[in-house]
Amino acid sequence: MSVTEGAAFDDAVATPEGIGDPILDLLNGFIVQLRAAGLPVSLTENLDAMQAIKHVPLEDRQTFKYALAATLVKHHNHWKAFETVFEVYFSLRGDEFSIGDDTVELPEMDDEEQPGEQSSGDQQGGGGDNLSPEELAEMLYRSLMRGDQQMMRGVARQAVKRYAGMEPGRPVGGTYYLYRTLRNLDLDGVLERLLEQEQNEEGDAPSDFEQRLQRDEYQSRIDSLQKEIEAEIRRRLVADRGVEAMAKTLRKPLPEDVDFMHASREEMASLRKAIYPLTRKLAARLQRKRRHGRKGPLDFRRTVRASLSYGGVPAEPKFRNPRPHKPEIFVIADISGSVAAFARFTLHLVYAISGQFSKVRSFVFIDGLDEVTHMFEGVEDINEAVHRVNTEADVVWVDGHSDYGHALQVFWEKYGNDIGPRTSIMILGDARNNYHASESWIIKAMSEKARAVHWLNPEPNSYWDTGDSIVGEYAQHCDGTFEVRNLRQLEGFVEHLA
Amino acid sequence: MSNRFSDVASLKDELAGVDYLSDDGIAGVVYLADRLEKPILVEGPAGTGKTQLAKSVSEITGSRLIRLQCYEGLDEAKALYEWNYKKQLLRIQAESGSEEWDDISEDIFSDEFLLTRPLLEAISADEPVVLLIDEVDRVELETEALLLEILSDYQVSIPELGTIKAKQIPLVFLTSNNTRELSEALKRRCLYLHVDYPDIEREKEIVLTKVPDITENLADQVARVVRSIRQIELKKHPSVSETLDWAKTLVLLGVEKIDEQTATQTINILLKYQSDINKALKELATADGVSP
Repeated sequence: MSVTEGAAFDDAVATPEGIGDPILDLLNGFIVQLRAAGLPVSLTENLDAMQAIKHVPLEDRQTFKYALAATLVKHHNHWKAFETVFEVYFSLRGDEFSIGDDTVELPEMDDEEQPGEQSSGDQQGGGGDNLSPEELAEMLYRSLMRGDQQMMRGVARQAVKRYAGMEPGRPVGGTYYLYRTLRNLDLDGVLERLLEQEQNEEGDAPSDFEQRLQRDEYQSRIDSLQKEIEAEIRRRLVADRGVEAMAKTLRKPLPEDVDFMHASREEMASLRKAIYPLTRKLAARLQRKRRHGRKGPLDFRRTVRASLSYGGVPAEPKFRNPRPHKPEIFVIADISGSVAAFARFTLHLVYAISGQFSKVRSFVFIDGLDEVTHMFEGVEDINEAVHRVNTEADVVWVDGHSDYGHALQVFWEKYGNDIGPRTSIMILGDARNNYHASESWIIKAMSEKARAVHWLNPEPNSYWDTGDSIVGEYAQHCDGTFEVRNLRQLEGFVEHLA
Repeated sequence: MSNRFSDVASLKDELAGVDYLSDDGIAGVVYLADRLEKPILVEGPAGTGKTQLAKSVSEITGSRLIRLQCYEGLDEAKALYEWNYKKQLLRIQAESGSEEWDDISEDIFSDEFLLTRPLLEAISADEPVVLLIDEVDRVELETEALLLEILSDYQVSIPELGTIKAKQIPLVFLTSNNTRELSEALKRRCLYLHVDYPDIEREKEIVLTKVPDITENLADQVARVVRSIRQIELKKHPSVSETLDWAKTLVLLGVEKIDEQTATQTINILLKYQSDINKALKELATADGVSP
């Protein structure tokens, strides 16, 4: 911690009433960053945070962080975004402040040797810089073997310094440096080596089950090493470019705002995790709405029965339960390359709440069309069913490029008669038709027979009807066209539907 | 300002003294709640010790625990207060004819005829209390509004009586399993604490404290297996209480080392869905691990 800040902190602790201006500014800046990252922070919450930090020891970083989190972050999904902003914003001000400037070598070495002496003195004798790549690899291996946090941090710092090739002012993102560092460390190789080592020591061959547990253990250590490396890169980047710029680069969309079409693998995983609680929530909400929404007609028998306790005066009228009105749903989804992820999430969501509909049938297409309803029947794990859809459905007719016209034609011929006045049809796709015939008359015919036809487009509104997108042509016959790019929009639409 | 706890570290120790193993986050937020006189909203998966936290805090502070279990259809009469109308009727009948109506009507809307329900009881108590509002996500959105007055100002307004202010500030815990989004108004009034599954070290500690006669070695294995299972994508991950049940079973069976067979035979204690069980068994039998 730098001297000036320390003084400000002391002031604040000593006089809790007139809290120092520097810390107010600091906190305000932090809240501006949080808001910029998309977190809703209200004025009261801001005031609470100021109250809260009067009561915690400011030199205790962890407690300080939790105090801010408890007052400012009211949603678990936002925690990760908060953490990133916190780490960036308070990084220069943290206990490792001195390492950020240009004369990094000396303090870094001190830092490095301390854990070294405690755990493996002989390995580290020469100081960080003189290590050969082999020695560094050996250190990495040992630190993972023992699960030694201190040593891992040392290795992470060395590795970043040596391999990331960070240059001041170079306009590349943190992921690039991370990639370079990890490539040189070859963590997968290290993992294999650790496991082999383990087996040799044990003597007799362990069962698959034991191996699996062992692997998970090492994997979690490697994950924590990777976190150390990320933190180190972030620290250096902040030192180079300043807080504001970094906070901007590292800003990631909240899970509910991640775009389906451009999600990275990591984001996909977090989306998959997010969808289950979301469906549970949605189902509970819909059920509640249905039960409490309206009252049925007067139930004469029950009213008379209840009147007995009032001496025959019908003081408490009773009503019949409303007959739940459940729509029938047809989902027609484009599962070609770019929009596949979107179709997957939508199918998942629709089936997870299929109890809210009287019937759900699903069809998938690329240029041919196939019904996949049976793949979801009697299956407990929706994920698996969706996976089967993507691999087994017979959807290619000619060349495997989207042809909406032909797919619609097949649908109309085969299943058109099943559409009734209680059917809601959802069509999922970007309507990029590769300049085939649109056959939009089918949509018109559908909407005449069905209760409603909705078109869900995973592309941003501004891209519609550009290039080979002909969504506008279909839209004129639909009851509604919706932009559904992320979980938040999808949730909103499904609720509207049921 | 109330000062139930002197600092975060000692609070953590005290909690550990009553067999509740907290971490910095949990202890820190409880400490702040006491200092700021704000309720805590505890969210997290089922079976991670949210309710237990409130119980443990009431135990270490030696205060009474008042619990309001929420459910669909909870209303004012069950959460806040109710007029004891039978007693009111008797009062009217007993005095019939002899007294002016005005006197009686004033009389029957007094403290004597008021039945306190958990929320009113918590703020009218003379001694310090801990108020636990359990599973607040089960009430409807409209009912949530009942709680707002008591949460922000620690008072209850009764039209016939006026406003009753708290004699002491109770420590309030609200728990939620997150089956629906709570309203902004409620969240704004609370400190937020998310209790997740514990990390491997803490889980091992919990197993060691809560399961008598367990060896350290076995506890370590239990924690590891549970961690591996939690990494698999399942409908319902094993909760801490299920981990404890499993550990107890293993001790009863006299197991010293968990191998594949024991795991297969007893996994139904950890997982409650057949599809989850099948998936976990399949995953655990492959040495390569899941692709991330």
